[in-house]
Amino acid sequence: MPSQIAIVASKIGLHARPASLLVKIATSAGVPITIGRVGQKAVNAASMLSVLALGAKSGEELEVTVTDGPNAEQVLTQLVEIVTTDHDG
Amino acid sequence: MSYSGIGVSPGIAVGPIRRVTRTQLSEPVPASPRSVFKALDAVATDLEKRAESVALEVARDVLSAQAMIARDPALVEAIGARLLDDIEYPDVRSQITEAFAGFKEALAALGGYFAERVADLEEISDRLLAMLSGQEYEDVKLSEPSVIVALDLTPADTASLDLNFARALVVEKGGPTSHTAIVARGLGIPAIVGCVGIMDVPEGQIIMVDGREGLVLTNPSDGEIEARNTREESLRARASSVVGPGRLSDRTPISLLANAGNAQDAISAATVGAEGIGLFRTELLFLDRNDEPSVDEQVELYRSVFEAMAGRRVVVRTLDAGSDKPVPFINAIHEENPALGVRGWRLTRTADNVLDRQLDAIAAASRAVNADIWVMAPMIDVPSEAAEFAHRARARGLRRVGVMVETPASAILADKVLAEVDFASLGTNDLTQYVMAADRLDSRLSDLTSTWHPAVLRTIKMAASGAEALGRPIGVCGEAAANPQLAAIMIGLGVSSLSMAPSALAEVRGFLAQVDRATCVRAAEQVLAVSSADEAEGIALDLFGS
Repeated sequence: MPSQIAIVASKIGLHARPASLLVKIATSAGVPITIGRVGQKAVNAASMLSVLALGAKSGEELEVTVTDGPNAEQVLTQLVEIVTTDHDG
Repeated sequence: MSYSGIGVSPGIAVGPIRRVTRTQLSEPVPASPRSVFKALDAVATDLEKRAESVALEVARDVLSAQAMIARDPALVEAIGARLLDDIEYPDVRSQITEAFAGFKEALAALGGYFAERVADLEEISDRLLAMLSGQEYEDVKLSEPSVIVALDLTPADTASLDLNFARALVVEKGGPTSHTAIVARGLGIPAIVGCVGIMDVPEGQIIMVDGREGLVLTNPSDGEIEARNTREESLRARASSVVGPGRLSDRTPISLLANAGNAQDAISAATVGAEGIGLFRTELLFLDRNDEPSVDEQVELYRSVFEAMAGRRVVVRTLDAGSDKPVPFINAIHEENPALGVRGWRLTRTADNVLDRQLDAIAAASRAVNADIWVMAPMIDVPSEAAEFAHRARARGLRRVGVMVETPASAILADKVLAEVDFASLGTNDLTQYVMAADRLDSRLSDLTSTWHPAVLRTIKMAASGAEALGRPIGVCGEAAANPQLAAIMIGLGVSSLSMAPSALAEVRGFLAQVDRATCVRAAEQVLAVSSADEAEGIALDLFGS
């Protein structure tokens, strides 16, 4: 399963705007995708509440994992980009 | 039909009722799991539609985030886990509330921005229950002039209301110092609180509101409307017959100041001839903020108010966040008893730098404008807090430093508290609620939350005596200042300035011009000796007339 570490770039952290972008992609990907702090229980990236409840702050490292599928790598790249983009700039 | 309550903002208004309702959980909500999920889907679809149709980007983001929460698989799972049987449950309220509770707690625990999302969850939960019980969930949006009728209005409701269309506010709950009353007086529209039964009157019904008498009439006749308007006008005419600075009939000067939350208020204050701003509520700039305004931004906001009052006094109250005015980025922690919790100056215990930065901004803005800037801290309880505030304010070059006296402790110890500062301002709304130990928003206790109560008046007397012993000026910036008879009592107790909603100023000025200091002192002595609020009010009516 491809996974990658991404550093949260938005100043307020992983708030509703980046979270909703993540959820949109994770929902439409059709395969389980998780996000979480390294070494901690990851949450379903298609769940807005779970992603928000991570309370990920700016500068924190998150691990995004996509279950194997035809476009897994491509989806992973998109998700990592959302996390590492500053949505408050 | 007529309904009566407590008139808290004078004036006559006629218009159709626009009810602002939130799902009342008093009735059971029967539903099957299937119908719950169908309703949740409908809520999400509705939010998505709204998100598409709204032009403002920020609003669109909020709505689409809410829609995503309504479609959240984790939420669906949490609800499903509580409705395992495929039956018609007699009442699903507790299951739905519990399903949301876990998420609400998790977000609240994170504090700051994330804690604010709890409100989104509450709204979705309310919408879901409204949908299931066949009720319309109403946004507080007005498209025609209306009389707003609600159980109670929260600061958030009033912030989102288009008040240009609000002709009057009538609420079933609340007391004279509730938020609804304060907002209405600020807007200069009639308002009635504690109006039992008003929520039973149907939407669209034409009613007349007499905010002076506290009376609502359904289907008023033209004659009734005219009679009341005439009476109101004659009362107002007396108020506007006197102009200039405040003074009693014996020429004793009484500073008449206005309360303001922003530059617009300050301009209204200047228009009605206020001698300055006696209470600049800075928290109103923060209430709808997700994060702290920068020092530069604060400087601009404060400057705009100071400029509207150039050459005059502006008493700036530092952030009074907490209790009924939570600020999202500060009051993230749930408090069991917020009125007695970390609010006002006590925030230095948890969010110290916010107040330091605010003082920096006030000092910078005061240097930029030629106005007489005074600064005071809310919820000062003991002398050491007054000393600490004075130290921080003076270190920034702010010269006139004072405190709000709004707790029994600071009133009792006024001779010690005021030794640390230059002036005091009585916050009579909170002081009343703390002296009487009665929630001012609870209409069942409205007889206990009157500032007329001798227990409150004696406490004010203690504070005024402490101030007098030290030669410190003491004013009133609570709602008591807007009631002419009560204002006269305050003067008799030793108060030298009154700060009120701009709309109340002319009437108080006109009233005071007819009374002399000796009568005020005599009235004060008499009201201190009685045992109920009604007796005290009766004495004032006898001595001053209405």
